Parts: sequence; structure tokens; C-alpha cells
Amino acid sequence: MPPTNAQNDLPEVASVTEPILEARKLNKSFGAVHVLHDVDFAVYPGEVTALVGDNGAGKSTLVKCFAGINSIDSGEIVFDGQPVTISDPRAATALGIEFVYQDLALADNLDITQNMFLGRELTNGRVFLSDGAMEKRAREVLTGLSVRTISSVRQLVSSLSGGQRQTVAIAKAVLWNSKVVFLDEPTAALGVAQTRQVLDLVRRLADQGIGVVLISHNMNDVMEVADRVAALYLGRLAAEVKSSETNTTQIVELITAGRSGGLGLTAATANESI
Amino acid sequence: MSTNTPRPALDKPSLSGRAGGFSLDVEERSIGGALRGWVDKLRSGDPGALPSVLGLIVLGAIFSQVSGRFLSKSNIGNIPGQGAYIAVIALGLVFVLLLGEIDLSAGTAGGAAASIAAVGVFTGNVHHGLPGALYWSLLAGLLAAVLLGVWLKAYTAAVVSAIGLVLVATNLTQHLLLALIAAICIGTAIGIFNGWLVAKVGIPSFIVTLALFLAWQGVIQFALRGQPVAVSNYDLWHDLTYGSLSVAWSWVFTIVVVGLYLGYTLVNAVRAKAAGLTHDSISLVLLRGGIIAAVGLILTALANTNRNPRGRVIEGIPVPAAIIIVLMIVCTLVLTSTTWGRHLYATGGNAEAARRAGIDVVHMKVTAFAICTSFGALGGILLASSQSSASLDLGGSNVLLFSVAAAVIGGTSLFGGRGRPRDAVIGALVITIIPNGILLKPNLDAQWQQVITGIVLLIAAGVDALSRRRAARS
Repeated sequence: MPPTNAQNDLPEVASVTEPILEARKLNKSFGAVHVLHDVDFAVYPGEVTALVGDNGAGKSTLVKCFAGINSIDSGEIVFDGQPVTISDPRAATALGIEFVYQDLALADNLDITQNMFLGRELTNGRVFLSDGAMEKRAREVLTGLSVRTISSVRQLVSSLSGGQRQTVAIAKAVLWNSKVVFLDEPTAALGVAQTRQVLDLVRRLADQGIGVVLISHNMNDVMEVADRVAALYLGRLAAEVKSSETNTTQIVELITAGRSGGLGLTAATANESI
Repeated sequence: MSTNTPRPALDKPSLSGRAGGFSLDVEERSIGGALRGWVDKLRSGDPGALPSVLGLIVLGAIFSQVSGRFLSKSNIGNIPGQGAYIAVIALGLVFVLLLGEIDLSAGTAGGAAASIAAVGVFTGNVHHGLPGALYWSLLAGLLAAVLLGVWLKAYTAAVVSAIGLVLVATNLTQHLLLALIAAICIGTAIGIFNGWLVAKVGIPSFIVTLALFLAWQGVIQFALRGQPVAVSNYDLWHDLTYGSLSVAWSWVFTIVVVGLYLGYTLVNAVRAKAAGLTHDSISLVLLRGGIIAAVGLILTALANTNRNPRGRVIEGIPVPAAIIIVLMIVCTLVLTSTTWGRHLYATGGNAEAARRAGIDVVHMKVTAFAICTSFGALGGILLASSQSSASLDLGGSNVLLFSVAAAVIGGTSLFGGRGRPRDAVIGALVITIIPNGILLKPNLDAQWQQVITGIVLLIAAGVDALSRRRAARS
């Protein structure tokens, strides 16, 4: 029997909505190294999809394909039902796909509003900044996300705590009516209370109808906030499961062995990958 | 100090303790609030202009004790002319320092540009005035700068270089004003090269500009053919340092500048209040504007009285002071109110963040270097004016170092992201009054000038380092 994704044998994960962003049979090699094998991955509007996998499983490569940083060898990316080519980061932004990287990339010497609009400032006649309009919009976005921990949108980012910075970075990503937001380890460097705030914020993003992808190593975070979990194992999608129908042990097995009970890659595929 | 691993601080109680939402934003900034904000800023490690202003007061107090002539009107009236070139070069340096880069060649590059202008006017024919090889290299260099500017999307700089090319090629540099403009255009062209070498080729700016600092000194000697060119015969050039606005124009100048400032800040505050944005209270705006207006009007009134105790009447705002004030205002507006200025601060604060936000970092560097050397050229022109000649070491020796010192004393960070035109001007004032004060005391030798300047710079840098350490701890 040819190796197939065992997931295909399982009842399909029921969903009422169509995915907003989808990768179909994505393949990517760097030289002789085949990093992604026929990866299917879908992001649904209004849901948090956790993307998990061990180091080297291909998470970053997959994300970079969506970001337009990596080109794809074969397969297709479908956005809102239309096949698209994301050739560079600007193309991703133009579609409404935003990325919040782990190092956040905020300029410490600018204030919150200035950071949120960086590179896309609202202007008067193209040259002069409309600071008032930006300030107003920044406050609307933060209010819309029920952010209560920031006292002024005119605060310098250097004066913010880790959680507040993460909040600003996420708010920056949703400022532009984005449809999909990728969050790379948003709670990695945070304390308990701040992790709580950020996870709440992640949930609220999804509640606003945004398709959220949470890339995380933290199973507690994943189980708490994700609607779906997609586990990568050595460049293959081991399984995509609803978080309500799984548990931490099962996900950890999928991450470490590629299979868990009847779920995941077939033994043959999993072993072949090694 | 053992458990000093960096970790994100928990929410500061002062922030989370406030009623949620944006409690600070709906408040308007009152006079007290502005004071508190200023103290907070000091405590958080951003001393701004405070060290330089304190330094100015302390030095002023010392020098006024040393010599009664220090605070005389004739002496104070001379200060703008003595320090204008430092202030102008420091203003230009702010742009590259904001990126965390440095331009050590701004002084000598400016000197070279000003020398070429001097030769152009003096000989009446720049082609024959300059050595042949230098003339053709100049034309080729200007043309290359135009192309480079277009390629790097620094279109304004390319256009300015093209103007320089036309002025030189058509020998319009025999006319004084056009020669001075050509010098500034040549500065822009040199800046494009610096920016290209730093941003595109990838040589550290310290090395690029150190090498060119040396090279331009030789070019100046080639251009002048080993003979200084006197410029004091040219009234316009001479007046850049030694001229004064007429009494009437002095009043017009002050009233326009103060009026525009008051009007601008007031309209902003009223508009922001109407739109429900963060804003300064009207009383704060009026207080600040009132102080500036009062100081401006008093200084103008003083400047408009005769400051020459004997001989010819000298009155009115010194031309170099007016030039510096205008340039400072323009630079401030460009840096704070345009997208380009915002992108410059962002690039200096976090280049990676800027790049990811879609800002063309190469473009920012090239344009910043182009501006810096353009200011350097104007600085060279002003220096020649104050020395009354384009000398063989125009813009060499300590000129650039004093200008860097001025920017740093004023509070510009060498690591990028922090600094304001205003601070550079205050820093230049500090640097200028040191030799001025010392030379008034005949039995204090001139070598003290360098020692004291060094100590002041060290103190300023020390204050900066201490405040930043404090900021890192808090």
C-alpha cells in the first residue's frame, strides 16, 4: 500500500465555513533537503489554528511560504477561494495576511501609534504625517481588541512591558483589516499574567472573524486557545485535529512520533521520514 | 547585580493602577503635567537638552566672572558668526547620527565644495581655475552621483546633483550666489557616494568617511593650487558671518518666526482638543509660546541696538543666527512632521523593524548622508566666510570633531534613534562659547580651549551614559 496521510482515512473535520487561507500539497526543498512534503494546511476565519511541531519539522518554512519569503516548488496556496502566488512580503500584506514575529520588530524610540503605522503612515498630501488621524485609529483598534493594559497610545514603546509590546505588535497586525494573522510564539518570553493577557487577545482576534495561526511549543497555550491543531512531523502534516477532540498527550505524540494511535502518519511514512 | 538577566518587566503599577483604557489620552496635558512628564523623561534616561543647557549656564557664569567683556553685546553678537559652521555641520550630522552612522568627512568634503566655489568665483572660469584632472573628475563625479541617486531612488538628491552638474559645466559658478549653490550641490553629490558606499557596498560609515576625510583634504589643496583664496571681497559671502539684518528686517524675522510657532502650536492644540486627541492644554501652549516670544523679542530688541562701542554702528540680528534658526526650524519640521523623518527615526531605532515595515533602509541612508554632506558644504562656506578665505585646511583639523561633539553634547545618541536639531544647535553654542570665553582672558592660554572642550564633552557623554544605565535598570 502506498503511504498516504492516515488523516484521509478519518472522518473529515467538519466545518461550516470555507478556509480563508489554504495550502494544498505544498512541497519545498532547499537543495537536496526536502523540507515540506505535500503539506495541506488550512486557516479558517474566526478560528485559532495552532501550528505545532518539533524544531526542524518545517513550521518556519511553511510560514515563510505564506509570507512570500520562500517560494514554493509545487502545490498551491489558496486565499479566499482563489489560487494566489505570494512572491514577496508585500504581496502577503496586500492580501491581508500579517505576521507577528517572535522578536516583534518594534522601534523602541517611537511611540505606540507611530509603531502601529510604521511604513504605512496616514498622510496629508503624501508628505506630511496626519498624526491625529493615526492616533485616533490606533486607539480604536486597541479599544476594539479590549486592550486595557495600555494607558496612552502616545507612550514610547521602550516604556512598555513584554506583554504590552506583544499587544502592540498584534494590534499593529490587525490595524489593516487583515484577514489572517500568524503569531510566532507570542507568549515565549512572558510571565503568567502577561501570557494570560496575550492569550485572551489571541482569542478576541479570532472572535472578530480573523483567521489566527498560533505557532507555539507551549501545549498549555495551544490547548487553551486553539480551535484546531495542525501537527507537522519532519516536513509532513501528521494530523489536523480539533482541539476539543484531542488532548495534550496525543499532540505531543504527533509531534514526536508523527502518529498517535489511529491518528497521524502511517507507520511506514513516519519511519520513512526518518 | 548578580541577577541581572534581562526579562520583561511586569506591568508597572503606575500603569495598570490607572483606570483602564486610555486614561492619559483623554486628559489634556496641563502645565503641571508637562513638568511632571519632563521630570519622568529625565528619570527614565532621556535627559534631552538639559545637560547642554546646564553646561551653557555654568560656562556662561564662569566666563562672565573671568572677563567682563563676555556678556557685552559686542561679544554675544559675535558668537553666532564664530559658531555658525559648527552648528550647520552638527545639524547635518544629526541626520546620520539618527541612523547610528557617522560622517567624519562632512567637514573636509564641505571644505572641498566651498573651495571649488571659491575658485569658480575668484578665477571666473572654473574649468581653467581648477586643475584639469580635477575639473573633469568633478564633472564625472557629479554625473555619476546623478545616476547613482536615480538608481537608489534618492530622486531629490539626484536633481540637486544635476543642478550642480549644470552650474559647473556651464561655468555659472563665476556668479557668487550660483557658485555657493553649486558648492551645496557638490556636497549633496558627495553625500550620495558616502551613502552608497555605506548602505549598498557595506563598508562601515566610520571607515568610509575616515578615508574620505583624509582624501578631501588633498582635494582642497589641488583645487586651490596651494594658494588660499580670499573671500572677504565678496559681500554676500562675507556677510554670511559678519552681516546683520537691518533693524526692520530683524523685527519682521522675529515676529514671523515667533508668530508662526505660536500659531502652529495653538492651532494644533485646539484642533486636537476638538478631535479628542492627546493635546497640550491651551495654557501650556500659551505659556511656552509666551516664553519663546518674550525671549525672542527681548533678544531682538537688544540685537537692534548698536553693539559696536566704537566706530561703525552694528545693529540687527546677525545673519548667521538667522540662518541657523531657519535651518533648525526646517530640520525639525522635516524630522517630526514628514513620513521621511518618521522613517529616519524608525530606521535608527530598529533597522530590522523598519525593513519589515517596508521602509527602504538603503534609501534612508543615502538620503541622510546626502543631507549631511550638503550641510557640510554650507558649513564649509560659512567657515570660509568667518576665516575670510578658503584656506588650505578648510574644514579640516578639529572642525568635524567639534561638530560631532556639539551634536553629542546636545543629546544626540551615537547609537541612533535619538536626537533633535534643536539640541545640536545648543551643543554648538556650548562648543562655541568655550574658545570665545577663553580668548577674552589674555593670560589664559589657548590650549585651555581644547582641554575644557574635552572635559565638557566627557561630562556630557557621562551624563548620557549614566542616564541610559538608569533607564536600563528601571
